[in-house]
Amino acid sequence: MAGYQDYLLHLADNALILGQRNAEWCGHGPVIEEDLALANNALDLIGQARLLYQHVATVRKDGKSSEDLLAFFRDVPDFKNYTLLELPHSTAILPTARGDRDYAVTVARNFLYSALMVQVWAALTASNDAQLAAIASKSLKEAQYHLRHAHDWVLRLGDGTEESRRRMQAAFDYLMPFTQEFWTPSAAESAAVKTGAGVDVNRFRAEWEATVADTLQAATLKLPSSKGFVTTGKHGVHSEHLGFVLAEMQSLARAHPEAVW
Amino acid sequence: MQADAPSNGTALPAGMPRLPDGPLAQSQGADAHHAIWELLESVTDPEIPVVNLREMGILRAVRQGQSGLEVVITPTYSGCPAMSQMADDVEQALARGGVAARVITQLAPAWSTDWMTPEARDKLRAYGIAPPAKSACAASAGSQVIAFAPRRNAGAGVGVSQADSVACPQCGSSNTTEISHFGSTACKALYRCLACMEPFDYFKPY
Repeated sequence: MAGYQDYLLHLADNALILGQRNAEWCGHGPVIEEDLALANNALDLIGQARLLYQHVATVRKDGKSSEDLLAFFRDVPDFKNYTLLELPHSTAILPTARGDRDYAVTVARNFLYSALMVQVWAALTASNDAQLAAIASKSLKEAQYHLRHAHDWVLRLGDGTEESRRRMQAAFDYLMPFTQEFWTPSAAESAAVKTGAGVDVNRFRAEWEATVADTLQAATLKLPSSKGFVTTGKHGVHSEHLGFVLAEMQSLARAHPEAVW
Repeated sequence: MQADAPSNGTALPAGMPRLPDGPLAQSQGADAHHAIWELLESVTDPEIPVVNLREMGILRAVRQGQSGLEVVITPTYSGCPAMSQMADDVEQALARGGVAARVITQLAPAWSTDWMTPEARDKLRAYGIAPPAKSACAASAGSQVIAFAPRRNAGAGVGVSQADSVACPQCGSSNTTEISHFGSTACKALYRCLACMEPFDYFKPY
């Protein structure tokens, strides 16, 4: 059963870590509408993560697991999210300050991830795990709005000014190699596919690639190569960035365990 | 919950209608359920106080469970911060009415704006929020029917839906434009009417 928990944690951690990253724009958005949009996107993702963590806690049946324990008291190697989702909002190799945040990276990442998740959630509505299927049918509706939001900004910025186009292109050039991780299944994914609870992400590769290619073409952007090192976040081997995300996200819960208000 | 709730009329505040609970409710099944539906008419959406939970399609059922009455609600958006408030409000309303019932949150079938009652749509419009312009089924189907999206090469890729045409809740004009996909809450988008120039919230199909 440990394998299946890891599959659920992979889905949950994806949602939580991207939700945490997108929430970093709260109060810092480029315009107030986008500040609100990213906060609402983050709320959806964190909500999806909560439902999935609650489900893991139920599956574990150990009486002590809870959504808070899973979100705030696990360390870097325990997290199974794609490396793509933990990266800072920047194309700089070593982003050092909040001023390095680039909205183009945020938009490109949300586009690449939600274009995949509309397919994944749609397929998971037929999971033989009834609770996962229920979570998937809610998440699908949300992912569709996230995709539309990101897609429209890719068009607007890509086919925008010289500056916005340059930054949108740089964001895709930087992020595209991280998407290779989607297509190399982990042991937990393969096991979940076999039992009928999970889905094989590779089924959606052609459609995902078509969506990305069409959108980039419409946005007057070049489709970058995705070749290079294949990251391993979903196996628990992360970039140097996840530790900083967790430190910020978990410090309050760890300083005051089981605090309520 | 069950132990704390008053089991007879004497513990109820004056003027509060006495509602059956526990064994009494079991014997009076339908009446008790009807009374609970009536009682919960007063529980409104914390974000949109003009509509109640039944009208929003959030209150799904009142039923006899293994250990007494159960009130079933279903969450809207996964991250909606109003959900726990709604569950609390239902519990408080039940407690005020002296009803011992458990509040159950049920995910499936997933909540949809298609479950909003016609009254809810009218009340939203009167409150200044445009109700969903089409059914959520149509909205999600529309994102996959390529035949009606000839501009696919112009960027409407697989699964990408388009903005809805929405009538202004102030002046009724359909000459409106979307300002932002996400408005003051996740469930709403921000629109502007080009006839009366008023901005307004649009409740998105879900």
